[in-house]
Amino acid sequence: MQNHPVYTDNDPQTEYSTLNLGPTHPATHGVFQNVLQMDGERIVSGVSTIGYIHRAFEKIAEHRPFYQITPLTDRLNYCSSPINNMGWHMTVEKLLGITMPKRVDYMRVIIMELARIADHIVCNGVLGVDTGAFTGFLYMMEYREEIYEIYEEICGSRLTTNVGRIGGFERNFNTIAFNKIRRFTERFPKVLKEFESLFNRNRIFVDRTKDVAAVSAEQALSYSWTGPILRATGVDYDVRAMEPYSSYEDFDFEVPVGENGDVYNRFLVRNEEMWQSMRIIEQALAKIEKEPSDIFHADVPAFYLPPKEEVYNNMEALIYHFKIVMGEVETPTAEVYHAVEGANGELGFYLVNDGCRSPYRLHFRRPSFINYQMYANMSQGMLLSDAIINMSSLNVIAGELDA
Amino acid sequence: MSDIQIVDAPAGVEGAGFFATALDQAIGLARANSLWPLPFATSCCGIEFMATMGSHYDLSRFGAERLSFSPRQADLLMVMGTISKKMGPVLRQVYLQMAEPRWVIAVGACATSGGIFDTYSVLQGIDEIIPVDVYVPGCPPRPEAIIDGFMAIQHLVKTETLRRRQEPKYQELLASYGIQ
Amino acid sequence: MGKIANEVLIQKLVEKFPGQVTELSQDYGLLSVETGKEQITDVLSFLKTDPELKFIFLTDLTAIHYPEAAGREIGVIYHLHSLTTNTRIRVKVFIPIDNVHIPTATTLWDGANWMERETYDFFGVIFDGHPDLRRILNVDDMTVFPMRKEFPLEDPNRIDKKDYFFGR
Repeated sequence: MQNHPVYTDNDPQTEYSTLNLGPTHPATHGVFQNVLQMDGERIVSGVSTIGYIHRAFEKIAEHRPFYQITPLTDRLNYCSSPINNMGWHMTVEKLLGITMPKRVDYMRVIIMELARIADHIVCNGVLGVDTGAFTGFLYMMEYREEIYEIYEEICGSRLTTNVGRIGGFERNFNTIAFNKIRRFTERFPKVLKEFESLFNRNRIFVDRTKDVAAVSAEQALSYSWTGPILRATGVDYDVRAMEPYSSYEDFDFEVPVGENGDVYNRFLVRNEEMWQSMRIIEQALAKIEKEPSDIFHADVPAFYLPPKEEVYNNMEALIYHFKIVMGEVETPTAEVYHAVEGANGELGFYLVNDGCRSPYRLHFRRPSFINYQMYANMSQGMLLSDAIINMSSLNVIAGELDA
Repeated sequence: MSDIQIVDAPAGVEGAGFFATALDQAIGLARANSLWPLPFATSCCGIEFMATMGSHYDLSRFGAERLSFSPRQADLLMVMGTISKKMGPVLRQVYLQMAEPRWVIAVGACATSGGIFDTYSVLQGIDEIIPVDVYVPGCPPRPEAIIDGFMAIQHLVKTETLRRRQEPKYQELLASYGIQ
Repeated sequence: MGKIANEVLIQKLVEKFPGQVTELSQDYGLLSVETGKEQITDVLSFLKTDPELKFIFLTDLTAIHYPEAAGREIGVIYHLHSLTTNTRIRVKVFIPIDNVHIPTATTLWDGANWMERETYDFFGVIFDGHPDLRRILNVDDMTVFPMRKEFPLEDPNRIDKKDYFFGR
């Protein structure tokens, strides 16, 4: 006698079912699609589809002057937009051969490290949410709001900051901004410690994340991984340490490295990076005290807009203003590749210039795009819930994925 | 006494054990303060939405405590972020799966009109494919602006007549988008 | 191990591939070399496996379109990085637009998979031997290659922005 229904076709005991982990995710991850063949709860194979937010940044960049490309770079990794902005400015400064005064470098370091902390807050908080722990996320989001307030004080905008200019910053950091940064450095360590105490030795979290999606260093390097997920496999490649830009060589910080590249290691590496970023910010605040406090841009009138008072009163400044805005400034016909350490990995800008107002070709080396291609291979043989946690620990930001 | 404020009751006749008012207003009041949004967050505006849902700005004070990711259980489709032409059919399918009454709020410049991305791959405004009730401009709009848009939706919900969805004007609007 | 000097790099390459590798520039400290599409797999493999050079990391793979350069319109550009010596190198291959084929780099680096798909999607470069060469970012039924210079930025079918004052 049969106790279970008899299937004549599409028998779940012998056929795989298809699950569409479709482009409409819960609000946190972004729009990309995975069509998975499932054998019960286990994934047999998967196909990734991306491009659901392809906004053609590289094509737009060929039609915009250099200073108008900064808002485009904002929207790449929008969780940590100052890093993208600074990376772009440094690329153009490398092309033009401008060096920055130390104070500008230290200001840039502060805002980039704040952005890195902001991105890791989101990534680790959301990783907690995906394992079912909502509390840590809510505690940390309050500090992301504090970082937003610091951005607002510096550049006026919360998320897509468009901060800085080619040649420095548009305005100096005022005392309110410095006070907010100091207050953040005093208040955040306590919360980060509390967050770690909620997760690091939490039996449920460790069971969910330990030995899930372990990746060897050779495999990660073959797939061109960079960033915290590569460091979690044991390779200590950090662009800040290897090819220091913006005076990172003056700072004393460590590059945290994991062991086997599983989700737990990636979580710990990101937490430790937040601690190291706090250390860098404190050192930068101390170093800025020693520099003359009115420098916030390099002395390059050919590329940096003069202040409006001078434009209205001084003929030279008016001419410079006109030339910069209309793009009549001469730029070298050369190509440059500059990389910064984004929150997800090596964010590279390949700029081919032909002396005109806009670049001839601008290519973004986007870490999320390159990190994500291994995902379909990694999920083979995994349980579905492990695959979800794997995806959130890769920290794929849709804007950077599709560009 | 607690200092929790409740909404004002609509105009009506009150007596011992009963309260008589217009059905539209009672239902409008109930619906407006218990909207279940579907956050269709694609890009940067989605992160501002996360900040709006967080404890600092707290959208759930307005009744939107329960986010629904299934369109069948949602009232309000919040489209936040750039919609590309590849994503258009997906958005349309999600909209079609929602049951009446449904409202749509376009948050951000990209959902409203394509934003700064005037390119071959970006849909220049979601109102090319679905009808929209409220547009919230900004790139990204501040959480206060998103809440303002949400309150505008609440106003629309509160003042909507019960027969609006069956009227020929609404049916014509849907037909102009190709929706039955 | 210290950074390999550009002169040493170019000398080793010219010794191993005489007449097939030419130096293009050393702007901003990064050596750019050009080679042909027949040798590209050997050149990349030499750069990756040579025990002194060890360019084991493929940073980026992209393309560029020069419509005026006859016979060399599409350039495929590889950025390699040697992590142990902290040296970078850029390798370029120029191919004509009517025969846009080049051997794939996925045999050497798995990470080249999506990079080549993106290059195909935008420029139409066909990588021979790629396991799954199809569009990745644009809609699947697109027939043109949008990053080529002749393709316009804005949507050509849009009518509401055609305005005398708007300038379109």
